[in-house]
Amino acid sequence: MRNVGIVFRRELASYFATPVAYVFIVIFLLLAGWFTFYLGNFYGRGQADLLPFFNFHPWLYLFLVPAISMRLWAEERKSGSIELLMTLPVTTLEAVLGKFLAAWCFTLIALALTFPVWITVNYLGDPDNGAILAAYLGSALMAGGFLAIGACFSAATRNQVIAFILTVVVCFLFLLIGIPQVLGTFSGWAPQALVDAIASLSFLTHFADISKGVIDLRDLVFFALVIGFWLAANTIVLDWKKAD
Amino acid sequence: MIEINQLKKVYGSLVAVDGVSFTVSPGEVLGFLGPNGAGKSTTMKMITGFVSPTSGSARVCGFDVDEAPIEAKRRIGYLPEGAPGYGEMTPRRFLDFIAAVRGLEPARKRERLDAVIAELHLGPVLDQSIETLSKGFRRRVGLAQAILHDPQVLILDEPTDGLDPNQKHEVRALINSMAQDKIIVISTHILEEVEAVCSRAIIIADGRIVADDTPQALEARSRFHNAVSLRLADPSRLGPARAAIAALPQVAGTELDAAGERLTAFPKDGALVLPAVSELAARERWEVLELHLESGRLDEVFRDITGGIH
Repeated sequence: MRNVGIVFRRELASYFATPVAYVFIVIFLLLAGWFTFYLGNFYGRGQADLLPFFNFHPWLYLFLVPAISMRLWAEERKSGSIELLMTLPVTTLEAVLGKFLAAWCFTLIALALTFPVWITVNYLGDPDNGAILAAYLGSALMAGGFLAIGACFSAATRNQVIAFILTVVVCFLFLLIGIPQVLGTFSGWAPQALVDAIASLSFLTHFADISKGVIDLRDLVFFALVIGFWLAANTIVLDWKKAD
Repeated sequence: MIEINQLKKVYGSLVAVDGVSFTVSPGEVLGFLGPNGAGKSTTMKMITGFVSPTSGSARVCGFDVDEAPIEAKRRIGYLPEGAPGYGEMTPRRFLDFIAAVRGLEPARKRERLDAVIAELHLGPVLDQSIETLSKGFRRRVGLAQAILHDPQVLILDEPTDGLDPNQKHEVRALINSMAQDKIIVISTHILEEVEAVCSRAIIIADGRIVADDTPQALEARSRFHNAVSLRLADPSRLGPARAAIAALPQVAGTELDAAGERLTAFPKDGALVLPAVSELAARERWEVLELHLESGRLDEVFRDITGGIH
């Protein structure tokens, strides 16, 4: 597992070696701010909390996280460096974990840089900082889930555009599957247990639970399982067609 | 030791490698020859564990590449086709990364980094990003990466492609200097390279081994082997000279080159033609510009064996 750290460091450094990192962070912060203060009506609500800020995170991630994840493997495949990486004494799982953790860490850096919002709300009022922390945790986990999905699709194709589109679509499904309109299409005919099961797959539901400030073990396990599942799929896809 | 046993790779309906078997021992430099698409690179990818064989096995230093990939990969230094790398990294950071993955201790790492940087003349470009380097430098960064951990087995897919003649010469000297105690497999389609560095050559065509011999023995298969080439100061005397040489009992036939300046006499059953031709030249007082014994032409053998243009 020492190799996970080595791959992680190389990968994380490579984000900051190109303008990608800076462009991503600036866009992320601008959009997060705009959503919060403009669409979310942060001031007008007159409440000292960060709900308008966190409510938009799923939609922000929906487009920005696939932009990060699409290059993870597709780029290695395109440049041929995957052949180098996969013939070094590193297991596929170590490479998958190292790359995923680097991408996650990078997104967390972007997320952490939203701290002025937190300072603002503390300056203006007396928010529940525990709830805010919980929401940050939920947001981080959700970003991890999106990234794991994206990493898997990136491994499946050498074309970054295809990886991006597939990831957006699948992430969109995982987001929307919990809302009543979507569940309505199932509840007419499917047994309630199935409807519940489908509803329980929704990123939105689990994220909403956590961002209310209630850290339920089930929500944590859910995101851990999502990440684990997609990374396992990523490893299998890679072993299966790394040379294609 | 590399032991390749009935290695086969099938992509859909295409048989890329079709039952290839050979072993390579320490001290051998094996040249892998063949037309483009013959299966050279695919075989190398299977030895290094990047591609899984459809059937058959590859063992490196006793470790089966499919069953104990990490142990096998530790012992291999590999330069993939096209020398891919991480474009945004500098050679310094890239080699640091490789040293870390290879698990080199700090002192050993410094020593090896200094050695490969000096051997491949990477000093001037250490802090430029790899994507901005010339093809020659990129290739040398790839080579540096392959030899950094001083591996027992070196697999180099077209190591001198894109290098200028001086750089080619240096890389060949480097390969020769490492040859003594290592197993080296290089693929190339530059035939002079085989003569320059390889102690053994395998020619592969359509996924099968069609020849496995020393470069000298392969040359001996050429009809030019032991032939004699002659150039005269006065080309107009070449006509009578040709008739006289063709009449020699050791000569099977003669041939003029395209420019009509060089006459080649082919021996009968590998007989020595040179003494008879030089004696004839002295007796007839030809003004000889050039008279030499051909050792055989590898390119011709290569074309014969692999069936011409693919």
